[in-house]
Amino acid sequence: MENDKLKYVLRLGDNALILGQRLSAWCGYGPVLEQDIALSNIALDQLGQARMLMQYAAELKGGDVTEDGMAFFRDVFDYHNLLLLELENGHWGDTVVRQFLFDTFNYFFYTELLKSADERLQSIAQKAIKEVTYHAQWSAEWVIRLGDGTEESHQKAQKSLDELWEWTGEMFTMDELERRMAEQGIGVDVAALKPRWDEKVAEILDLATLRKPEDDWMQSGGKQGEHTEYLGYVLAEMQHLPRMYPDAQW
Amino acid sequence: MVITEAQIWDWLAEVKDPEIPVLTVQDLGIAREVRVAEDGTVTVKITPTYSGCPAMNEIEQNIRQKLEEEGVEKVQVETILSPPWTTDWMSAEGRRKLKEYGIAPPEGSSADKKSLFGTEKKVTCPHCGSRNTKMVSQFGSTACKSLYQCQDCKEPFDYFKCL
Repeated sequence: MENDKLKYVLRLGDNALILGQRLSAWCGYGPVLEQDIALSNIALDQLGQARMLMQYAAELKGGDVTEDGMAFFRDVFDYHNLLLLELENGHWGDTVVRQFLFDTFNYFFYTELLKSADERLQSIAQKAIKEVTYHAQWSAEWVIRLGDGTEESHQKAQKSLDELWEWTGEMFTMDELERRMAEQGIGVDVAALKPRWDEKVAEILDLATLRKPEDDWMQSGGKQGEHTEYLGYVLAEMQHLPRMYPDAQW
Repeated sequence: MVITEAQIWDWLAEVKDPEIPVLTVQDLGIAREVRVAEDGTVTVKITPTYSGCPAMNEIEQNIRQKLEEEGVEKVQVETILSPPWTTDWMSAEGRRKLKEYGIAPPEGSSADKKSLFGTEKKVTCPHCGSRNTKMVSQFGSTACKSLYQCQDCKEPFDYFKCL
């Protein structure tokens, strides 16, 4: 039971950490200064949420494990984040569309996690939902700007959407762990979020004059530790320093 | 010397926020609770504005340092998450100081965000007082601020956004 909770909290932490790490790579490369700063802010919020979750995970694990140990000394197969979040950033449109698809999910997810029977998860959700609301608003506005922008931005945004769609199914597929956590009122029934997500995504895509792709075959495996080739590179960069110098301090 | 909680609060009123140095941790409402134990240990509970706020470690150190300078021997600073910080906790004094510093203080209550797709909110320019302002970016120089520009005096300014 406690082991279930540890795995569950780590999953949520992995999502936040891997997306935060990916988005950090935009720092200094955004198309304009304001958006560079916006994305860096969102990355920082994700890392902050990752810290809250990994601190909790480290406490659940016990012993002398710390949040840093969780982040820097686990390898690819021990990471259980969604595959969507580890994909390469691509161009600005790819990053914005991925962010929109995930933020919208994350918004509904944390809205539900506010009701968690676990007090700590509840308080983390209270903190996170405020930030995620701003993220979701920002990425939705950008999807509209790109979709309903120039002919080129429209085409690129549509292509990003079509390519990323197969990575969205995993967000709503319940596995055994999630089912047990949801039954105990600790976790969220993500399958039940799908209609609300579909509706909100359709509404924004309509405003953006973009076509919502049909649900077809979907990628999966991230939650079970089966990853794309990309995650290894993300971890190599992120973990390099603490692994080279395990006692390094700021 | 017997230390009272009121005394601790007075000292906290002198600890500045490292990113907005006109505000103290008390103005911001970051310090939530103070306790003095029988053995003289002082516990201060603080809560982050944003979960990734990089100033938190420094604020913790500054509180510790201030209390130690005042002769408190045992200081504990604890971080709590719930209830989550809101701009509603910012004092009237804090709002006034922000405005004088050139940052527009949060307007209205924390409930100004329209979920998922919001309409832009009107903010008063801290320089000329005009309401004719425009949001340049939802995210500003720190996590807690948005970037605005006044359409009348043309000055760009930071807005401490509602949370």
